[in-house]
Amino acid sequence: MKRNAIILTLCAATLAAAPVLAGKAITVKGSDTMVILGQRWAEKFMNANSGQVIMVTGGGSGTGIAALINGTTDICQSSRSMKEDEKLKLRDRYQTMGIEIPVAKDGLAVYVHTSNPVKELTVAQLGEIYLGNITNWKQIGGPDATIILYGRENSSGTYGFFKEHVLKNKDFSARVQTLPGTAAVVNAVAKDPNGIGYGGAAYAKGVRDLGMKKAADSPAVLPVAATVKDGSYPLSRPLFFYLRKSPSGDTKKFVDWVLSAEGQKLAVEVGYFPLN
Amino acid sequence: MSRSLTAPDSPTSVRARQRVRELFIEWALRACAFSAVAGLVLIVVFVFKEAWPILSDPEIQKEASLAGFFATPLWQPVGEVPKYGLVPLLTGTVKVVLIAMLFAVPLSVLAAVYSSEFAPPRVREVLKPAIEMLAGIPSVVMGFFALMVLASWLQSVTHSPMRLNALTAGIALGLGIIPTIFTVAEDALRAVPKSFREASLGLGASAWQTAWHVSLPAASAGVGAGVLLGLGRAVGETMIVLMASGNAAITSADPFDSVRTLSASIAAELAEVVVGSAHYSTLFFLGALLFTVTFLINVAAGAFVERLRKRLAGA
Amino acid sequence: MSAVGLPALPSAAMPRGRRLDWSGAGFTLLSGLAAALIVLMVVVILGDVLLNGWATVTWEFLAGAPREGMTKGGIFPAIYGTLLLVVLMVVALVPFGVGAAVWLHLYARQDSWFTKSVRFAVHNLAGVPSIVFGLFGLGFFIQFIGREMDRAMGLDVVWGQPALMWASLTLALLNLPVVIVTTEESLRTVARDQREASLALGATRWQTVRHLLLPQALPGILTGAILAVARGAGEVAPILFTGAAYFLPFLPKAPTDQFMELGYHVFVLATQSPDVDATRPLLYGTVLVLLALTFLLNLTAILLRSRLRARLLGRG
Repeated sequence: MKRNAIILTLCAATLAAAPVLAGKAITVKGSDTMVILGQRWAEKFMNANSGQVIMVTGGGSGTGIAALINGTTDICQSSRSMKEDEKLKLRDRYQTMGIEIPVAKDGLAVYVHTSNPVKELTVAQLGEIYLGNITNWKQIGGPDATIILYGRENSSGTYGFFKEHVLKNKDFSARVQTLPGTAAVVNAVAKDPNGIGYGGAAYAKGVRDLGMKKAADSPAVLPVAATVKDGSYPLSRPLFFYLRKSPSGDTKKFVDWVLSAEGQKLAVEVGYFPLN
Repeated sequence: MSRSLTAPDSPTSVRARQRVRELFIEWALRACAFSAVAGLVLIVVFVFKEAWPILSDPEIQKEASLAGFFATPLWQPVGEVPKYGLVPLLTGTVKVVLIAMLFAVPLSVLAAVYSSEFAPPRVREVLKPAIEMLAGIPSVVMGFFALMVLASWLQSVTHSPMRLNALTAGIALGLGIIPTIFTVAEDALRAVPKSFREASLGLGASAWQTAWHVSLPAASAGVGAGVLLGLGRAVGETMIVLMASGNAAITSADPFDSVRTLSASIAAELAEVVVGSAHYSTLFFLGALLFTVTFLINVAAGAFVERLRKRLAGA
Repeated sequence: MSAVGLPALPSAAMPRGRRLDWSGAGFTLLSGLAAALIVLMVVVILGDVLLNGWATVTWEFLAGAPREGMTKGGIFPAIYGTLLLVVLMVVALVPFGVGAAVWLHLYARQDSWFTKSVRFAVHNLAGVPSIVFGLFGLGFFIQFIGREMDRAMGLDVVWGQPALMWASLTLALLNLPVVIVTTEESLRTVARDQREASLALGATRWQTVRHLLLPQALPGILTGAILAVARGAGEVAPILFTGAAYFLPFLPKAPTDQFMELGYHVFVLATQSPDVDATRPLLYGTVLVLLALTFLLNLTAILLRSRLRARLLGRG
C-alpha cells in the first residue's frame, strides 16, 4: 500500500514537473495559407539546428492572431495585417502593439474550373460576384449557369484580405460556401464547372487562375513571380509574422533565418514569392 | 443493511476502525456518483457563464446582443461591422435535422419492425452487426464519406448546383443517427410481451397486422424515445455538418442550398476568437442554445422511457 | 398473409383463408427493403474505405512520421497521440465511473432525491452534444482551471492552453455515462443471493464489493472502458480546441503538450490538406486505420457484453 503511494507520488511529481523540464519549443500558429510554408521553414531550420523544436499549426490568420493575444503562441503567421482593434486587445493584455515582420509575398489567385471559358476579370467584377450582384456566368462572358461561390471561413486572413481589398469592406454574399482551407477551396472548384474560388497562388492545382485586371482597360495579369514582385498583379499581398515583442534568442535565430536568402529560397520552392 | 456484523467479542477498536474505513469508502463512492451531477452542473455553469455577457455586458452588447441576433439576416462575425444574425444558422440547423429525420426515422423504424417481427434469425444475424458497425463509425468518418463520395453521387443524381448542401449533410446525418433510433425502437418492440402477439395471431390477424396494430402501438413509447434520442443527436452533431454542408449562412427552404448550422459555426469559428470578445460570447451563447434544446429533447425521451416501463410493467 | 418469416406457432393460430394479403406483403417487403438499404449503405461506406485505403496501410505508414507537408510518410504520431489520449482518459474515467456505478448499485437508496439526481445527470450527460463538451473543455478546464493553475504556480501560459490533459479530461466526462451504465448493468448480473450471502457472513459492504462484485463485474467494466475508448478515439469535436494539432514535429511527452490524433487528422486532411490528390491515399489510409481501431474495440466490447448477457440469462 505504501509502496503504491510512493510510486503514485513520484508519477504525479514527474508529470507536474515535465512541462518545466521539457525544452522550450517555439510555437507558430495561424494562417492556413502559410501553414505549409511555415512547416517547411520549421522542418529545414530544425534539421540545421538539432535540439530546437518548432511547432506549426494552422487554423487561419484570425486563429493565429487570437492565439497571440491569448498568449498561446510565440509567432503568429498571418496573411493579412492585424486590425486596429486586435492591436488594441493585444496592448490591453501585453502592453505592446505587436511586432509585424513581413516574411514573404503572395498573390491572391482566383480559381475557376479548367473548362470555364472565362479567362479574365476586373477586380471590380470579382467584387460584384462575391457581393452577390453578378450571379450568372453569362454576365461576364461565360455560359448560362449560376456562379457557385466558394470562399474561406472568417478566421482566414485570406478572407480578411479579400473582404478589405476586393469587397471594399462590404459583406460577402450569404451564398458563399465557406471552406476551412485553401486546399478545400481548390478541391471544390476543381470538381465544380461553375465554381469560382480564391486563395493563395501556391495552391492552384487542377484549376485555372484567372487573369486579374486592375480596371476595364488594364491588361490581365496572372499571379506569377514577376508580377507579384513588382506589384502589377492587383491582388498581391505580403505575408506576415507577428510577435508580441521583438524576437530574441531562439525566436530571433529562426526569424532571421526565414528572412535570409535560404529561407526566402524555400519560400519560392513552396510556391510563394520572396520579399525582394 | 448494517455495516459490519462482526462477532460480539471482537476488539472494539478493530470494529471502530473498520467502521471508519467503511464510512470513508462510502463517501468516496458517493463523491464518484456525485461527479456525474457535478459534471453536468459544471457544463451548464461554465457554458452559460461565458455566454452571459451577451445578456448582461453593455460593452459586448454593442457588438452582439439578443436583439441584434434577430435584427440582421446575415451571419458575418468578422468584418468592419460584425453581424451576428442567428436566423440563417437556425434555419440551417432545422433544415438539416429535418432532412436527417425524414431519412432516418422511416428507415430505422421499418427496419426495427422487420427485425423484431418478420425477420428470420439468419437475416437478423446480418442486420444486427451491420447496425453495430454503422454505430461504430465515428462522425468524422461519416462526414469524410459524405464529402468525398456521397456529395458527388448526389450531385450527379440531382444536378444540384451546390455540391455540398443541406441534402448531403442531412442524409449523412441521418445515416449517423439510424443506429440510435433502430436500437432503441427494436429493443422496445422486442420487449412487447409475447402474449400480445400470440393473442393477436390467435385471433386470426396476419403477422403484419399484428406488427402494425399491436406491437408497434405497444412499443410506441420506446419507439418515440428512440426517435427523440435520434433527434437530440442530430441537433447536436458537428463533424458531419461541418464537412458536408458547405457552411454558407443561407436562409432558404431549398434543400439543395448550402447551410450553416449552429454546431458547425461554433466548431469553425471558436479557434479564432479572442477570449472575452463579443464573438467568443456569441459562440458560447450558441453552445448554450444547443445544450438547452438537446437537454429538453433528452428529458422528453427520458419521460417516454418511463412511460414505456410503466406501461409494460403494469399492462 | 405475410410471405416472410412467420413466427413458429401451432397451425391453429395461422390466419385462415388463402387470399393474398397485398398490403401485408407490401408492408413486410417495405420493411425488409428498409433493412436491406441500411445494410447496403454500410457495405458501401466500408467497402469504399477498404478499397481506397487498403494499399496505403503498410508498416511504414503505421510506424512512420508524416513528411513533405503530409503528402507522404506515415501517421505514427497520430496513432501515438490517440493512444496517449485514450489511456489518460481511461485512467481518469474508470475510477469515477466504476465508483459511481458501485454506489448506485449497492449503497444508494433508490428513492432518495440524490440518487434520482445522479441518474438524471447520467442520462442527460449522455445527450449533451460533443461540441458543447468542447466548449466546456475550453471554458472550464483551459480558461478556468488551467489559468488558475498558472496563476498559482506563477507561470505565464503553461496550463491555460490546449493540452493533452484537458482533452483527456473532457473526453472522460463525455464517456462517464457509458462506463456508469455498463458497470451497473454488469453488477446486476452478479446474483443477488451471492451478495446477500456475503453480507450475512459478516463481510462489510466494501469487502463484498472488492472481493465478490468487482471481480465478477470485471467483464462489464472492461466493456464500458472499451466502448469509451472507441468513442474517445473517434470523437473530434471535443478535442478541436482542447489540444489536437495538425502537425507536430515531436511526440507529446508532457500532459501540457498538444498532440496529433487520428480523427482530427482525418478532418484536417479531408478539408485542409495542401494537395488534395496527393494526400487522398493518406486520407483513406488514416480513415481505414481509425475504422479498424474503433471496430476492433467495439467488437471486443460486443463479445464481452454477450458473454455477460449469457451469464445473466443462464441464471434464469
